Amino acid sequence: MIAMYAEIIRIRFLTMLAYRVNYYSGILIYAINIGAYYFLWRAIYAGQERLGGMTAAQMTTYVAVAWMARAFYFNNLDRDIATEIRDGSVAVQLIRPYSYLAVKMMQALGEGLFRLVMFMAPGMVLVALLFPVRLPADPAVWGWFALMLALSFVINSEINMLTGLAVFFLESGEGLMRMKRVVVDLLSGLMIPIGFFPAWAQGVLGALPFQAIAYLPATVFVGGRAGSDVYAAVGVQLFWCVALLLPIALMWRWARRRLFVQGG
Amino acid sequence: MDQDVAIYAHELRKEFRVPRNREGLWGALRDLFGRRHDRIEAVAGVSFQVRRGEICGYIGENGAGKSTTIKMLTGILVPTSGEVVVNGFVPYRQRQAYVRTIGVVFGQRSQLWWDIGVIESFRLLRKVYRVPEADFRRRLDELTERLGLGELLHRPVRKLSLGQRMRCELAAALLHRPSVLFLDEPTIGLDVVAKAEIREFLLEMNRRDGTTILLTTHDLQDIEALCSRVIMLDGGRIIYDGGLDELKARWGAGRDVVIHFDRPVALAELRALTADVPAVWSADDERTVRARLPAGDGASVSELLARVAGRPGIRDIRIVEPNTDDIVREIYRTGMPDGAATGGATADGASAGGATADGAAGEPDQRREQEAVRA
Repeated sequence: MIAMYAEIIRIRFLTMLAYRVNYYSGILIYAINIGAYYFLWRAIYAGQERLGGMTAAQMTTYVAVAWMARAFYFNNLDRDIATEIRDGSVAVQLIRPYSYLAVKMMQALGEGLFRLVMFMAPGMVLVALLFPVRLPADPAVWGWFALMLALSFVINSEINMLTGLAVFFLESGEGLMRMKRVVVDLLSGLMIPIGFFPAWAQGVLGALPFQAIAYLPATVFVGGRAGSDVYAAVGVQLFWCVALLLPIALMWRWARRRLFVQGG
Repeated sequence: MDQDVAIYAHELRKEFRVPRNREGLWGALRDLFGRRHDRIEAVAGVSFQVRRGEICGYIGENGAGKSTTIKMLTGILVPTSGEVVVNGFVPYRQRQAYVRTIGVVFGQRSQLWWDIGVIESFRLLRKVYRVPEADFRRRLDELTERLGLGELLHRPVRKLSLGQRMRCELAAALLHRPSVLFLDEPTIGLDVVAKAEIREFLLEMNRRDGTTILLTTHDLQDIEALCSRVIMLDGGRIIYDGGLDELKARWGAGRDVVIHFDRPVALAELRALTADVPAVWSADDERTVRARLPAGDGASVSELLARVAGRPGIRDIRIVEPNTDDIVREIYRTGMPDGAATGGATADGASAGGATADGAAGEPDQRREQEAVRA
């Protein structure tokens, strides 16, 4: 079982490696994004020491680490699943003695690990050289961040799965998938940290799974949380990891019954 | 249920809901808020059994419901109603345990990983099916030898020809020694040599390992080479289930010899030339004529050619083999005698022949109408 999943991760990693040139341009795009947000936030702070519970220096680090984390947890699982169900190639997955969704998750992990090694790590070094990013000195913070990053990946992938399966019930899923991407980037705190939203919106966002993807791990990384606050953040992440499984299972059962494979 | 039965299907149905678009701008707006659906019955209640070690052909025109049936038998689709048991499992309910006991090949869909070497795909499949390393080695060597995979193993799948790929697909489906093999159009698009290789391999495997095979095809020669029994499907219903010989004897469309002349030709003259050959002449146009010869009569083709070949002005001669579509058409044209659906292999009363015969009744007229429209 584990050997099989390890093999799936390995093969996806190798496949990604074969197309690695596509990723060099990706690093540049992420660096430009980080640069743009860095200058934007510098203008917003305009010499002020503290805004939305974060110092200007923390903000710079937040922007850098949130984008670099995105390089790891981002994937196209929604599109993969939607395409495979639509064009019927899901059929060749269903004749295998494994869980389709678990295998998809493992493929996404293979892709994520590739991005982590080939993209996130070198990107972080580059960004640390270009901008005044302050990396945490405490190894415990790095440890917590690594754990939370893994959970971010799981939550984001689960949301992608739900989106991919939902597309199955719509005439065209393109709009839904684009909307999901924007919603996740905005409401996860990648573009604007949750602390900058009005109080009522913070309440709403706190009850949604998106903040667990970017905001929670990034605030731990920049030192905005300590002690029991960190446990609480990890707890929220774990809660969503488990809670999202139920709608996925229901949607999958529903999709299986309505599955229609082209060809006779 | 009988241990001897590998595949059991009873009153198996599959219905799809297909969205129907309204016309015009107003219609499109209304579609946004409430979509209407058409129900399409792809498989309309089929019942049959396949015994262990049998090679059974499952044939019919496009859209007859062949692939949908295969997909229900392999656990991919959930039936709308009816019973299905293969190898003692209910495929859609016990999918993961069940698929370990079967092999599936889709002629039109690769199940190998496109970008990596064939051997990498096989290694992954070894882990997926948890085949012990020693067994895997032995099985791989055996399949490599019998399918001639040798130098193909280290090439990426996208660099293989269709025939080479299909041999690899077969090996991939057989690494875990399944007792039942489903083949959906396994020879589609292959050249004559590749088709022959695959048929030979399948026959030998059936003989040596007793593997049960259910295959769909459009190619009557596949059926002729492999199957002792055919199940013919149309409009989601079984219209014939029995031996191939009987099918051909009754409805075999025979072979057509099509001759193209460089000048107009009189049919009467050709009829006179071939008076002692059982050929029925017709004209496609004034220069192209067609002689239909009864099925399974190899001698008369050569006799016919011998008579006609001396005649001046022949541009081209083609021999056209009937395919399954022709036979379906022929069945409808000549009507379906009672009991046709309960022939040969199922004479032991295993299949619910009554239901299938009922299903076929009443359809011929409809089909004739379609033919008339086309003509």
